[in-house]
Amino acid sequence: MGALWVVAEPGPEHGLAKISTEIATLTRELGASTGMEVVGVVIAAEPAEPAAELARYVPRVLAIQDADAGVLAWSAIAAVHLAALAEADVPDLVLVGSGPDGRDVAGALSALTGLGVLTNATGVAWAGDGPIVEMSVFGGKLQTSSVFTGGRGIMTVRPSVTTAVPAGTAGTVAARTVSASPLPPVRVVDRVSEAGVAAPIEEAKIIVAGGRGVGGPAGFDIVEQLAEALGGAVGATRAAVDSGWIPYSQQIGQTGKIVKPELYLALGISGAIQHKVGMQTAGTIVAVNRDPDAPIADFADLLVVGDLFEVGSALLEQLRGRSG
Amino acid sequence: MRIVVLVKPVPDPASAGERLGPDGRLDRSATPAVVNGNDEYALEAALKLVAVAPEGSEVSLLSMAPASAPDTLRKALAMGATRGVLVTDPALAGSDAVSTARVLAAALRMLDYDLVLAGVDTSDGVGGTVAAAVAAHLRLPYLSYAARIEPDEAGGTVQVRRISPTGYDLLQAPMPALISCTQALGEPRYPSLKGIMGARSKEIVGRSLADLGLDPAAIGGAVATTAVRETRTPPPRGATEVVRGTPTEGAARITELLAARRLI
Repeated sequence: MGALWVVAEPGPEHGLAKISTEIATLTRELGASTGMEVVGVVIAAEPAEPAAELARYVPRVLAIQDADAGVLAWSAIAAVHLAALAEADVPDLVLVGSGPDGRDVAGALSALTGLGVLTNATGVAWAGDGPIVEMSVFGGKLQTSSVFTGGRGIMTVRPSVTTAVPAGTAGTVAARTVSASPLPPVRVVDRVSEAGVAAPIEEAKIIVAGGRGVGGPAGFDIVEQLAEALGGAVGATRAAVDSGWIPYSQQIGQTGKIVKPELYLALGISGAIQHKVGMQTAGTIVAVNRDPDAPIADFADLLVVGDLFEVGSALLEQLRGRSG
Repeated sequence: MRIVVLVKPVPDPASAGERLGPDGRLDRSATPAVVNGNDEYALEAALKLVAVAPEGSEVSLLSMAPASAPDTLRKALAMGATRGVLVTDPALAGSDAVSTARVLAAALRMLDYDLVLAGVDTSDGVGGTVAAAVAAHLRLPYLSYAARIEPDEAGGTVQVRRISPTGYDLLQAPMPALISCTQALGEPRYPSLKGIMGARSKEIVGRSLADLGLDPAAIGGAVATTAVRETRTPPPRGATEVVRGTPTEGAARITELLAARRLI
């Protein structure tokens, strides 16, 4: 019987990232359809809490305690423990998230084990000799089904591919120690929280985004108010970020983030290709733009031609009227 | 301070013409190549660091790419890098991330550096795993998702602000180290006319797999760990409804659509 590993990434709630609960759910479902063993792996300075949390989703969790994981960059620590585990018992598939921690651990683990990596998966199935990984490439222009030529590998999974659902019964947690030869340590000197950090856009079901047409930092007020009224997150184009109107963390597009919300409300965004590749797979795209010939007119579901502040204010009033 | 920047020529994202060939590999003939966007931020950061470093400091480029890559590398040299190393070999066609990381690591073993800088991902594959793999191969400290880079040459260490979901983590490691770079490091410069003219005479050193001591049979498309089995074009989006009218009418149509689709 083969094994599927889901790697627990560190996060704010119970020490476990939200993406890891989604991937745990995805992995459990894959295990149920293939009869393969599903194992959660936690590597942390204090693994008890994240391991218990992960065990809500998968039948078996290995908890590896490493004090260094509290003071050194996590991915290098995690990768060497995973590589050592894999040496004893090679998994068929290792699943991590496609965010910074997931990518970092996937890359290092790939180098240490020689396993291939398929990235930004939107789904996974099984066919005979190994996993078939679904990916959306070239900004959503093409969907691909890929395999590992050796039948085994590592995959990084996009956020919101599935909804996290705990299993009917909680799994077991077993402490595990492996002897791992460490990678060079990178010390975490400080963890700094910045004021006014917005909701993460990768996980948002609704995104209200502003572009050059917003005109300045004050112009983002209407974007933020609409996002709040819709229960969504604020996004932006590179032009707005480069102008310093909004932090880079909110940038969508080629050198920013790729998102797939249910609703994308684009205010003053022309829809240039560099932005389009980050959002064109959104469920519903609504644009407000003065220019009826802007590129976004070619791929939005609805384009309202007009001033974004006027239309935005009217929309805000109507939304507040509905909820009130 | 010697910095090597990893640079990848990618299909120009602005062309929107990226496609796979019949073999499931990227069709590089379909679109003009440009320097990968995130690599330009890495290069800009490297040039700024070197500008304030002692005399003799320099930025080199390292690229693994088809033999046509020098044209793209010249653009990066025009920004201010001193020289380039281009690893090119027929066996490299169809390389996966595993081979790419091995080749870049082998090429770096032949270079002297204090820092290696790379973009966090490339716009063609968007995998974002190669830099971490190169660092693991070379046993280099790996500092990722940099929004700021502060080397301390006297102390032999480097500090990096790594973007986190709530702000940033301040990381510190001894040099030499490998850093993956984000757009938050700052806008890349445009090459000056002088830079463009000067780039024509800058050295681009070619390296084959044999030069790197790698066996062509153990690297590249022939031993790729991943393969595309099937591709599908997603169904096109429906026609765009265009609404003109008063702001209230426009807003009302949006509200109506969102309600119909149960988004509010």
